[in-house]
Amino acid sequence: MRIVFASGKGGTGKTILATNLASVLADQDYAVAYLDCDVEAPNGHIFLKPFITSREAVTIPVPEVDEVRCTRCGRCGDFCPSHAIVCLGNAVLTFPELCHGCGGCTLVCPEKAIREIPRAIGELTRGAAGPIQFVEGRLQIGQPMSPPIIRAVKRHMPRAGIAILDAPPGTACPMMETVRGADFVVIVAEPTVFGLHDLTLAVDAIRKVGVPYGVALNRVGPGGDGVERYCAQANIPILLRIPEDRRIAEIYSRGDLAARTFPGFERWMSDLFGGLRAVVRS
Amino acid sequence: MKELVVLSGKGGTGKTSLVAAFAALAERKVLADCDVDAADLHLILTPRTLQVQEFQGRRRARIVPDRCAGCGACAEFCRFGAIAFDGPGNEAIGRTYRVDPLACDGCGVCGHVCPSQAVEFSIGRDGEWYISETRHGPLVHARLDPGGENSGKLVTLVRQHARAVAEERDLDLLVVDGSPGIGCPVIASVAGTDLVLGVAEPTLSGQHDLERLAGLTAHFRIPMAVCLNRADLNPEIASATERWCQARGIRLVGRIPYDPVFNQAQEQRKSVVEVGGGPAARALRDVWQATHAMLTAGRRFGNGRTVCDSW
Repeated sequence: MRIVFASGKGGTGKTILATNLASVLADQDYAVAYLDCDVEAPNGHIFLKPFITSREAVTIPVPEVDEVRCTRCGRCGDFCPSHAIVCLGNAVLTFPELCHGCGGCTLVCPEKAIREIPRAIGELTRGAAGPIQFVEGRLQIGQPMSPPIIRAVKRHMPRAGIAILDAPPGTACPMMETVRGADFVVIVAEPTVFGLHDLTLAVDAIRKVGVPYGVALNRVGPGGDGVERYCAQANIPILLRIPEDRRIAEIYSRGDLAARTFPGFERWMSDLFGGLRAVVRS
Repeated sequence: MKELVVLSGKGGTGKTSLVAAFAALAERKVLADCDVDAADLHLILTPRTLQVQEFQGRRRARIVPDRCAGCGACAEFCRFGAIAFDGPGNEAIGRTYRVDPLACDGCGVCGHVCPSQAVEFSIGRDGEWYISETRHGPLVHARLDPGGENSGKLVTLVRQHARAVAEERDLDLLVVDGSPGIGCPVIASVAGTDLVLGVAEPTLSGQHDLERLAGLTAHFRIPMAVCLNRADLNPEIASATERWCQARGIRLVGRIPYDPVFNQAQEQRKSVVEVGGGPAARALRDVWQATHAMLTAGRRFGNGRTVCDSW
């Protein structure tokens, strides 16, 4: 089962829930993998403290032009929608940082003068946190494109057992890339004005993908029942309510797992899993 | 004109609350919300929209089922895993290939390799952007459609129009609310700006992501300052972050305490400094003064262009 933790707003508690759920399910002898798809700000390693077994570069193929064969016909530049290859009079220029790696320029070149060379845009780290299989993608600083790194992480998703994917915040392509192919999405939201607004955006986005989803509410305090009303009206199950408690924030700040130290947290994770499994089965 | 971009790396550290406070405190400024896929600043500034414009992100492919011969060349050559053999049948074959619009990059390779000319391309709507008026001055903001493409291009558009508004109205300052992370929309929001203010929190995650953000601003040679939000949550990590900033020559412009007033202000659709004069409000005023002083003293860096501009 592939479970994604997503949110519209950042900092609502995706990583807390994803890492703690991974840890609690592993304690219950499930085969668990944690995949950090928040490749711009990957934080799961802080909580799971994995033993790293491999690091490899994530690359995309970018064009290299054989100047001798090239006749400057310009078809590559006409084709490329990212303007990553341009033919200007007597020269062909490439801009690898703009290239999406589609391979179109090599296909349209009538002289077979373009070959592709790998260009690193990030790193894929694999390891183990006790029994938990750990995979992390990390966008290289200064690189704009997250989705290829997320795809690289997802290629290491185990076929069996439970895969827990920690998504980047927002509703743009990195989040959608993470959610594609999931069995269930837990949208982590907080009951504030910003939290409600961004929850509605996340729901709209996930509905487009057509994956079952539910909400986990974090930092529930007095007031702020707008999120509860919205979920009731939109018929979205609320699978978990974690109260506002400064002690949880402090545990988080130190990089510790709340399920190990905060009374009741482990139970919340079990309940969350039970709740989402019931939705998936129905 | 000077431009300040408020960023954080990690999400949920308080960027928008900070920008809302700056909106109330700064004079002669334009505001821009560049967190285009989860924009919240308008919830506090309650804008009156003057102008709405549609945003078109990127073209997408579509396979016309009646023309598809089922050869599969498109799926074979697609590097984005966007084509599946699950489209409706036609007179000749029971199933055709289909493009998942959410995965399509719009590169055009499928159209090039299709022997049946079955692929069509169209540019659709990916969101809209607005020029609005608020009680604290003009606001340029946007809304990326859920799952919309090319947020970097939309960020660049919002910044360009915010600059134009500043010029039209002869304003001195542009304050930009950025998005979390360090990828495409963030790079589009920092290129050529005068100062980045990083909002950090004293957690190991916050520290980790602040370091990545600082790496990004150093990469693009943009000056950066840091303020610590919820500064009293973990004093040990707070001092570690302060020492780290010092060692990197990054100025710490203030510490804002953990305070429920942030949520109360949101409920009232106000900024923290408009709600009351508690410790958080006082700290925010200090942060603004220090940041403003840096902005007016600072030099201009960068060339105003971003790698995302051409997307």
